[in-house]
Amino acid sequence: MKANWKYILSWLIMIIAGFYLINILIMVGVIDSFIENMLVMIGINIILATGLNLIIGFSGQFSLGHAGFMAIGAYTTAIITQHFDSELGFIISLIVGIVLASIIALIVGTATFIRLKGDYLAIATLGVAEIIRNIINNLKITGGSAGMFNIPPLSSWPTVYIMVCLTTIVLLNFIRSRNGRAIKAVREDELAAEAMGINTTKWKVEAFILGGATAAIAGSMQAAYVQTISPSNFGIMESISILVIVVLGGVGSMTGTFLAAIVLGILDTVLQNFGALRMVIYAIALILIMLFKPSGLLGNWEFSFKKIIPTNKKERD
Amino acid sequence: MQTFLQQIINALSLGSIYALLALGYSMVYGIIKLINFAHGDIYMLGAFTAYFVINIWHFNFITALLAAMVISALSGVLIEYFAYRPLRKSPRIAVLITAIGVSFLLENGMSYLVGSNARSFPQVIAQVNYSMGGILISNIQILILGIALILMVLLQLIIKKTKMGRAMRAVSVDPDAAELVGINVNQTISFTFALGSALAGAAGILIGMYYNSIDPLMGMTPGIKAFVAAVLGGIGSVPGAAFGGFLIGILETLFQSVGLSAYKDAVVYLVLIIILLFLPAGIFGKNIKEKV
Repeated sequence: MKANWKYILSWLIMIIAGFYLINILIMVGVIDSFIENMLVMIGINIILATGLNLIIGFSGQFSLGHAGFMAIGAYTTAIITQHFDSELGFIISLIVGIVLASIIALIVGTATFIRLKGDYLAIATLGVAEIIRNIINNLKITGGSAGMFNIPPLSSWPTVYIMVCLTTIVLLNFIRSRNGRAIKAVREDELAAEAMGINTTKWKVEAFILGGATAAIAGSMQAAYVQTISPSNFGIMESISILVIVVLGGVGSMTGTFLAAIVLGILDTVLQNFGALRMVIYAIALILIMLFKPSGLLGNWEFSFKKIIPTNKKERD
Repeated sequence: MQTFLQQIINALSLGSIYALLALGYSMVYGIIKLINFAHGDIYMLGAFTAYFVINIWHFNFITALLAAMVISALSGVLIEYFAYRPLRKSPRIAVLITAIGVSFLLENGMSYLVGSNARSFPQVIAQVNYSMGGILISNIQILILGIALILMVLLQLIIKKTKMGRAMRAVSVDPDAAELVGINVNQTISFTFALGSALAGAAGILIGMYYNSIDPLMGMTPGIKAFVAAVLGGIGSVPGAAFGGFLIGILETLFQSVGLSAYKDAVVYLVLIIILLFLPAGIFGKNIKEKV
């Protein structure tokens, strides 16, 4: 622990510096409301994609149902904050959303991970997300296919910034813990991991729950920021666009996910006037990355202060 | 009883479309173990090909059907050649993501080229309704069922009786061993894609005539449902895919007729998950155990 304080401090300084940098840029007027909107969307996409990267990149399970968990968070926030229009209501809705998403992830995970893997698992999770969407589409409390409007604007860029930092810290610590090493062992070779005494299903489900919970957080953020949601926002397309971020950045690299979310967020804003052509470019990019660089932009490389600041051990050497 | 029979008639027409699509999924999965996400979009391409050749060159039904099948087969072969073949040795997730990319490209490319609005499909054969003991059957419904059955029998003959069919079966059992005995694996896979895509193209023109409406995103949901049908019947099995298609069609129509049409998609997905969990080899499939 003692040896780590340097890196923890470096990260803390970076987080605080990033916050004040954005704050100053907004005050000076460099960041107008248009760019601020882009930054918030990038932040939400980072939360979503890092969660999905945990499931796909680190535990090696292919999930195509991320938008379903996002929908749970978004609708929980929308319903609760319409009755309790306050900061406290938002926090309660955030927690309820996380709990709901975790319970559903636990049920879905335990049911499917024991028997399915690879592309069958992808199709099953896609099915779960579509069932969630279909149910939301038909309930009265969720406003049916028209969706919900006038959700209180309880989330702004600082909230999203803090949540991005918090979820990333939780996810990275999970990956570097004993549990994280267990899920990576499962990813590399499930049979070998099982032979070493790792309860493979348990760790896979745990990664799935954590990913689902972060998706719910992102959904809550989006609902409270955009203020309108409808079931069509959480379809297959949404799951795929989160997948594109993960794949572009590098399956198994959180740094890559950050980079890809930022690059795609800027590209999205620039290409906004092109309409359908934007999605064509998206699709071609996805195919070309898979054909020529299937490991993504950064592969599984991670940014780390340990590589920049030499450790004490190295100094002694 | 009357309404029940009427629903069965409707279910059979819808089911034959799903069956035609499911056959393509089943064959492709059987031979290269890939869920070809773009398959539903090839069905959309078939529908649009028929739409354009009928509207611009005034093709009749048979020639339009053939045109749709040829164009679909060609695009299937091209997609396999450019997008899937270079990844033959990559992990399966990479190929699956490429398939999603191709599907995305076809959907959005089509939306970009022709607009995303739904278009009404030209009535190439005037609809005639026959009434038999209170049950309404249109000539289109008979046509759909007839053409689907003819194509399925043809496919079964190709797979069971021809040299190419034998090569397909050999490659799906063991590609390396097939190559060793002198089978051109690449050519066989291309042929499989051509066959499957041609069936999807035929399904496209048939659904256009049945629903009278086509749009660039029409392939998405039927594509996934057809995959459910293929899994239900047992992936890799032709009679299984046909059976699964009819079963999904019947299930969907039944839910619609009891007033739960809003939940019909959820039911199909629920069936999928239950089948995957408890009967992963499907009704007609063979169970393969994992070996260390």
